[in-house]
Amino acid sequence: MRRIVVVGASAAGLAAAETLRREGYDGTLILVGDEPHAPYDRPPLSKQVLAGEWDPERPALRTPDDLAGLGLVLRLGVAATGLRLADGTVELADGSLVPYDGLILATGVRPRRLPGQGGHVLRTLDDALRLRDRLAPGRRLVVVGAGFLGAEAAAVARRLGCDVTLLEPAPVPLAHAVGTEVGEMLTRAHLERGVDLRCGVTVTEVTESGVRLADGEPVDADEVLIAVGSLPNTDWLDGSGLTVADGVVCDEYCEAAPNVYAAGDVARWHNPLFGQSTRIEHRTNAAEQGMAAARNLLDPDGRKPFAPVPYFWSDQYDMKIQAFGCLRGHDEVAIVHGDLTERRFVAAYRTGDRVTGALAVGMPPRVIRQWRQAIAAGTNWLEAVGAREAVN
Amino acid sequence: MKVELEADKCVASGQCVLAAMDVFDQDDDGIAILLDEQPAAEHLDGVREAVAICPAAAIRLVDQ
Ligand SMILES: Cc1cc2nc3c(=O)[nH]c(=O)nc-3n(C[C@H](O)[C@H](O)[C@H](O)COP(=O)(O)OP(=O)(O)OC[C@H]3O[C@@H](n4cnc5c(N)ncnc54)[C@H](O)[C@@H]3O)c2cc1C
Ligand code: SF4
Repeated sequence: MRRIVVVGASAAGLAAAETLRREGYDGTLILVGDEPHAPYDRPPLSKQVLAGEWDPERPALRTPDDLAGLGLVLRLGVAATGLRLADGTVELADGSLVPYDGLILATGVRPRRLPGQGGHVLRTLDDALRLRDRLAPGRRLVVVGAGFLGAEAAAVARRLGCDVTLLEPAPVPLAHAVGTEVGEMLTRAHLERGVDLRCGVTVTEVTESGVRLADGEPVDADEVLIAVGSLPNTDWLDGSGLTVADGVVCDEYCEAAPNVYAAGDVARWHNPLFGQSTRIEHRTNAAEQGMAAARNLLDPDGRKPFAPVPYFWSDQYDMKIQAFGCLRGHDEVAIVHGDLTERRFVAAYRTGDRVTGALAVGMPPRVIRQWRQAIAAGTNWLEAVGAREAVN
Repeated sequence: MKVELEADKCVASGQCVLAAMDVFDQDDDGIAILLDEQPAAEHLDGVREAVAICPAAAIRLVDQ
């Protein structure tokens, strides 16, 4: 294999490129990205960057020297617009055709929007800087969507002295993802800090003076942040012959077609650990999957299924929330360490007869690690939950 | 080879400890601790894995 193209120059694409070099690939390596910036990290955008604590350069994923050491052909500021599988070429927005022997797709996701004019989204460095410039004491911010992203932004905006209204269609924020108990704990944290959290309301439109709700009621604001989920960046693959269904569909090796792999937020693959097709929007998954895709592309005979225990963290106020495994669709939640009301606890999640997930706040690493271990091993629920007495 | 850790970037994920236990540990808040700034050759693969997998890009391995 003499020419490998990686499309998407962020966490997953960079991890893939670095892994190819670490594994000894010395052919041509082309990294294509539509943003003008060198690869940078997104989690700080809704945290330190939005809070104004970090300069815009700080989220860079690598130093210029480290990047130069990779020997890449870096094509930044130019989008891939098409893929011709049969010819093995990628088409770029500037009209060039880039041939490949191997291809890794890592184009991530983009925010969903709402009807109407204006409103911020928070996905890129430029988005974060734009919103940060508009936040100041006394400014009224409406955040649409109380998922992790919206909740983090709300927490930062409160700390900056803004009046924050958080609008959420579900009765309890994040309940579908983490369960009612944990969702209610997060709700209380926002209420205590003076966020005007309104659940069970649907926003239909962004207006000049704020947003409008489904029942016609207006909610006034100086700034609106839309945080209502995201859509995989797969439009450019239309007509390529790849299967796209809420993400690039891959097998358990992250392969989408011969010598074509996908990784990160855009990839939908079969995770054998939970026996289901999933697409994960977590920072750690982007790196792990980029690495796995690169290794499998280089070594077709030694391919390994990509079977990670997903890991996610979120910072809200003084809480660091860490979640492992698969929480969604769980059958039962149990608090297995600590206390929800003190915001120091581990919650374990049961699906069927297995422990499939865990969520921790304010717990030391050694306690958290054993739950990650239990999830990776597919430990029986009663065994895991019964075993906790020994370590408490 | 020397390991550099920017602890103020660390998000306490513990990925580095899983990748290279002899080189990294975590304090009670989960923040990474560098146990060995100049790890022996046999630990370098693990450190490279940690550099690649750290979700905060907080670890670097530099030539001296
Ligand atoms: C504000 C924010 C906060 C977050 N916080 C956390 C957190 O606390 N914890 C956590 O685990 N995860 C968090 N995440 C999620 C995490 O950042 C993502 O999972 C991760 O960035 C995914 O990496 P990726 O490389 O797959 O995709 P992306 O980071 O989306 O990168 C894809 C890149 O491809 C480019 N691209 C798209 N289409 C094309 C094209 N056609 N041609 C060329 N380039 C293209 C995009 O512009 C982008 O640069 C957060 C995300 C955001 C936005
Ligand atoms: S992998 Fe990175 S973020 Fe995670 S504990 Fe280690 S240094 Fe911190």
